[in-house]
Amino acid sequence: MATKDKLVNFTNRDLNDLKEELLKKYPPKVARKRAKQFMVNEATDGNPPEIQANVRTIPGIITMRGCTYAGCKGVILGPTRDIVNITHGPIGCGFYSWLTRRNQTKPESNDDWNFMPYAFSTDMSEHDIVFGGEKKLKQAIREAYEIFKPKAIAIFATCPVGLIGDDIHAAAREVKQDLNDKGVDINIFGFSCEGYKGVSQSAGHHIANNQIFSHVVGLDDDAKPAKYSINMLGEYNIGGDAFVIEELLNRCGIEINSTFSGNSTYDQFARAHTADLNCIMCHRSINYVAEMMETKFGIPWIKVNFLGVDSTAKSMRKIAQYFGDKELIEKVEEVIAEEMPAVEMALADIKPRTEGKTAMLFVGGSRAHHYQDLFKEMGMRTLAAGYEFAHRDDYEGRRVLGDIKVDADSRNIEELEVEACPTRFKPRKTEEEKAQLEAEGFEFKGYDGIMSDMSTDSLVIDDLNQYEADELVKRFRPDVFCAGIKEKFGIQKMGIPMKQLHSYDSGGPYAGFKGAVNFYKEIDRLVNSRVWSFMKAPWEKNPELSATFVWENN
Amino acid sequence: MDKLLRHTPTEVAERKALSINPAKTCQPIGAMYAALGIHGCLPHSHGSQGCCAYHRSMLTRHYKEPVSAATSSFTEGSSVFGGQSNLLQAINNIFTVYEPDVIAVHTTCLSETIGDDVPQIVDKAKKDGKVPDNKYVVSASTPSYVGSHVTGFANMVRGMIKDFAEPTGKKNGKVNIIPGFVEPSDMEEVKRLAELMKVKTIVMPDTSGVLNGPLTGEFHMFPEGGVTVDELKDSANSRGTLALGEWASAEGARYLDTEYKVPCTVLPLPIGLNNTDRFVDTLRRLGGVSVPETILHERGQLVDLISDYHQYFYGKKVALVGDPDQLIALTEFLVSIDMQPVHIVTGTQGKTFYKRIEEITKDAPFEPNVKEHGDMFLLHQWIKNEPVDLIIGNTYCKYMARDEDIPHIRHGFPIIDRVGHQYFPTVGYRGAIRLLEKIVDALLSRLDRDNPVESFELVY
Repeated sequence: MATKDKLVNFTNRDLNDLKEELLKKYPPKVARKRAKQFMVNEATDGNPPEIQANVRTIPGIITMRGCTYAGCKGVILGPTRDIVNITHGPIGCGFYSWLTRRNQTKPESNDDWNFMPYAFSTDMSEHDIVFGGEKKLKQAIREAYEIFKPKAIAIFATCPVGLIGDDIHAAAREVKQDLNDKGVDINIFGFSCEGYKGVSQSAGHHIANNQIFSHVVGLDDDAKPAKYSINMLGEYNIGGDAFVIEELLNRCGIEINSTFSGNSTYDQFARAHTADLNCIMCHRSINYVAEMMETKFGIPWIKVNFLGVDSTAKSMRKIAQYFGDKELIEKVEEVIAEEMPAVEMALADIKPRTEGKTAMLFVGGSRAHHYQDLFKEMGMRTLAAGYEFAHRDDYEGRRVLGDIKVDADSRNIEELEVEACPTRFKPRKTEEEKAQLEAEGFEFKGYDGIMSDMSTDSLVIDDLNQYEADELVKRFRPDVFCAGIKEKFGIQKMGIPMKQLHSYDSGGPYAGFKGAVNFYKEIDRLVNSRVWSFMKAPWEKNPELSATFVWENN
Repeated sequence: MDKLLRHTPTEVAERKALSINPAKTCQPIGAMYAALGIHGCLPHSHGSQGCCAYHRSMLTRHYKEPVSAATSSFTEGSSVFGGQSNLLQAINNIFTVYEPDVIAVHTTCLSETIGDDVPQIVDKAKKDGKVPDNKYVVSASTPSYVGSHVTGFANMVRGMIKDFAEPTGKKNGKVNIIPGFVEPSDMEEVKRLAELMKVKTIVMPDTSGVLNGPLTGEFHMFPEGGVTVDELKDSANSRGTLALGEWASAEGARYLDTEYKVPCTVLPLPIGLNNTDRFVDTLRRLGGVSVPETILHERGQLVDLISDYHQYFYGKKVALVGDPDQLIALTEFLVSIDMQPVHIVTGTQGKTFYKRIEEITKDAPFEPNVKEHGDMFLLHQWIKNEPVDLIIGNTYCKYMARDEDIPHIRHGFPIIDRVGHQYFPTVGYRGAIRLLEKIVDALLSRLDRDNPVESFELVY
């Protein structure tokens, strides 16, 4: 198969051949490992093939992944506006995680805290590395308190902090105690999210969520949740997604009690235990929080997806079905009906230009799955997809959870021991009610993973790297490729439009019905832009000399 | 009031430990940028993979270009037992899969703290046969807790010279130019001026053509541009080295001087009239050439523009933030057109910064607030206390520019919300003309917006 021959009508055999051919380039050890992370999605009686995921990145292989700190400070705490997030380390980590994820936030008033445009760091110097940075950290926390008087300060450990053994938790406790003794109501806590822990951002999500769960969730018992009160977990409000979802649900009468962590606040985390249902968007980043909340407080959880019109409607109906009130069920149908004409109009316009086109998605730990719904609605086919930092359950579904081998890199991420809270545990549904719902086809705690939704003649690849991405693009020439900023311009140099699905480029929101319309328009613009026809000059396309000169014709 | 940085108080309180809104970033990103200016080179970050991901992301956002770089992907184990096996494995994988001519390894705070000796590991890789013939691994020590991205650039430049430069005993008649931590467009402009003067140069590093490449339908991990290995080797045989910018370029130039007797001259970045004059004049003497009419013509055009619009520059107050080399040159340029850079903050350390700014502003009718190793939070507080007409700095300045309603010209690193910096230089006479255009445009657009109808003017 020549490198530049475009694969059009391919069989699974072609795909397996392609896989073998790509692997040949690697040293044998690397090839053996990649072979387990690179799958043709051949389902046999509904059981997708086993894929290797959440294993170490291979040194020297150009990965798409980031680190534990990025997952903790950047992804999870990044969208929370009223916590002063101090990075304890040299300046780089704090600088790079400063406003780069396009998490939007909307304080309720101009007096509200919003620290998201700020970057706080201890800017450690050589002296601090040699003699220890705890003193500087404590001083930095005090200075942050003096200047900003926030209700909470969070500390994030970077690589060298773990090595030199600074105890950020002790520093946080000490300053907190001291301030509390002086009558200041402030919460201060730390995250041991050194970049080298774990194999990807995923470890950082876990560390972040554990600490929010331990230090904040459950602190505010006075909240008075609405009649239909839910928490939205794993939604990060990139480009304003959370605003759309919130508006949509509010119109139905459903209140979002807290979001983890798009447009989120400290107070929302503190009252999270008062909601009646947890809805998970990004399964990877937060499924364990839903589990812990169910155990500790009795809040059931369901998987939802607000990307794609059908998925949005399905998720809204699922929430309504959970509460089971006729009035709510009808209201939800009414709101869906209100939204649909605009969607149908947009699709009628756009679909003739997108139908039959192809996409590839390599991003995140649920996004590569969810966005396929939007592409499907546009009549587009996903040829290949995979996650950057997912685990096997995100690929194969939660049924494989018991089979996942816990290795050393996962073992160093703390698993919280959670039990029912003696005072706050309150089952939202009786076992009979749950059984009744399940009998009606309602699914609690379920996620089937990306593979079950993808066709059997597509590729599923974990931790895609730059060499494989280039080869995939050369062979398939997809009409659009979705990944992150590091991948964007290399793909575009090959003449393939690249859409960032971490930060959405400059676009969004893409959630809900309004977001779907935005996405349709964006993809239409990308795949039909004239710019992709400009790459070759006319004389490169037609190099033969022609016989006449223009002026001879006059 | 609807402000973005609404929690920034006007009163300046002394801070000993907390950095807020940094005006610098860390060494490895500068090293990665410099390494990209070697032809056929894959930068390699020896540490956890997050560093590499962050640096690639930030460079990509700034240049809107693919930035390929690899990482040793440390996990907890490598942090405890050392990163040797990761780096050996990485070198083998990189040469097998990506086939670069050169791997340029820089360290991170992690590998520095555990004390990995990269030159020794590279040596082992060579002995183990993991470095193919005619392929190279160069390295630089770039701990993130020392200096800034500018220091990292300087260290990698020194590293590439140290590992490559090879005296043959025969002079090549060329002039080495270390262009500083500047845009690919600036490196291109430096080369253009030298070509006009018919001086043969080795520009190292050279990111032009690497980080401002064309869209052609093909992706090349190693584009046409960059200083070649042969040129780097040959740099020990040149007639002299011009280091542009003390912070970013002097290290490498001095190394060539002390090791191989290639005399070095350190000049400010050629931003603005006087600094370009110095550059051209020094190059003329070093190269033993005369300055062609074309360059004199460009100079005259710049002087013409300054005189045409002097009334709009005169006495206008400016706040500056960025890298020391950039700020020293910019300050001199602004003072030369009678503007007043009243607040000047760099995040990078170096006490001589105060001295240089003092020299430049000593005859000016104002006394600037100057801070080395400062941050943008402090700059913002200064602006609140003494407002300015213009802010010149990177993209992050847009928050205070909006809050304080002050025009903002993007200059420096990173610029992640505008284009042009990769294509239009700010060095040389032409670069100065472009800077002036931006300044005039910002100031006059502001007048057009704010003037009441009765004094709204057509002609400026």
